[in-house]
Amino acid sequence: MTVVDVVAPDRSSLLHDEPAPLPAARGPVSAALLTAVQRDPSRSIDLRHFFWAGDPADACTDDDLQLALWLSYELHYRGLAGVDDRWEWHPELLWARARWENQLVAGLELAVPHDEVLASADPVGEVVAGLNALAEADGEPSLSKFLMRRADADQFAEFLVHRSLYHLKEADPHSWAIPRLSGAVKGALVTIQADEYGGGVAAGMHAQLFRVLMADWRLDATYGHYLEQVPAATLLGTNLISLFGLHRRWRGALVGHLTAFEMSSSVPNARYARGHRRLEGGEQAAKFFDEHVVADAVHEQIALHDLAAGLTRAEPALAGDVLFGARCAAYADTVFASHLVGRWEAGLSSLRPASEAAA
Amino acid sequence: MSAEELGDSLGADVTVTVCPDGPLLLRGPASLRSVDGRQVEHDRTVVALCRCGRSRLKPLCDGSHRLSRFRDPASVEQLAHVLAHATPYEPDDPEAV
Repeated sequence: MTVVDVVAPDRSSLLHDEPAPLPAARGPVSAALLTAVQRDPSRSIDLRHFFWAGDPADACTDDDLQLALWLSYELHYRGLAGVDDRWEWHPELLWARARWENQLVAGLELAVPHDEVLASADPVGEVVAGLNALAEADGEPSLSKFLMRRADADQFAEFLVHRSLYHLKEADPHSWAIPRLSGAVKGALVTIQADEYGGGVAAGMHAQLFRVLMADWRLDATYGHYLEQVPAATLLGTNLISLFGLHRRWRGALVGHLTAFEMSSSVPNARYARGHRRLEGGEQAAKFFDEHVVADAVHEQIALHDLAAGLTRAEPALAGDVLFGARCAAYADTVFASHLVGRWEAGLSSLRPASEAAA
Repeated sequence: MSAEELGDSLGADVTVTVCPDGPLLLRGPASLRSVDGRQVEHDRTVVALCRCGRSRLKPLCDGSHRLSRFRDPASVEQLAHVLAHATPYEPDDPEAV
């Protein structure tokens, strides 16, 4: 008789993410939040400690505010290590977060125009023209050209460290829009998201392709591992999508954001791929960039014509929000690129100093 | 939408969408072949085929049309005119339509 060994299922094949590790606070608001969420969620919190007293003009780049937002949003994704999941819907925490969100939106509206009502006889035409103009505007400084031609291996690895905060949950923040859309517009989003999620095959998910890339660069691909090292300019990128994604009233902006993302992806990814190969990165790892070039050339068209134009056709009142979301995406990209290229041009690391990160 | 139209929209037909200033979007189970008739296997459900000539990944689009400022409005009037008359579509010329 043959004895069949019963082996424990291999958990590593599940590619399961554990909750993100808790970072150190970066100011009074993130400190209050970190203290609160390590307690019993049935308790009340003292909201006086949750007011961010900064200037709206600094909201996008303030480390304390951006970390507090990132942590409060992460409760909706993989969760936070050691934190009770009931904090996700803690009414007072949500009240505090709503104030931070208002401050972030105020900061964004100082940075980019937001026409709440688009007074136009042809809102669809205006949205398409606006999105095309945004995609054709030369974003300065060009992070992708820097990475293609000049970055050294440490700088390229830093770029991946920053991007890991988004790419390890790539596509998730935009998926919040699926239940908020319907019919053909939902279909357009699902077509895009299906590619992002590898058609349902875990190893083909873009987040997993990014893991392979990180491993090639000898980086730690554990979910949230580099949270401590990335500045507000990086956190802004994901916070922005979570803000738009988690509120039905921002569905127009979310669609605009995704469309801007897709329309500004193929060309930079081709440059990242060349930088990666110039620095002798592995061929298998390059697939993350190569796949984005081809997939996003398709997504660009679907996002522009079926998703953004489609939503504007279905709900013309959202035209102004669609453009606002796209402009916010471009703005967050510029903030991020300026930080990285600025630090590198000055001969500095773009990551948070170890002393600051450990403080 | 009639039941027939709804059925059509669910069908497995192949469509080619001519994107303004951009590629051809090929949707549905089209078989892709080289001129000697040999079929190329692939698992992409939608492919964007280069129309500007600048892609480094031909036949696929790589987004280069944006850098080269490729311009072709591909309006339904233009497509209809060119297919019917095989002459350039000049929307400013009233005789052209």
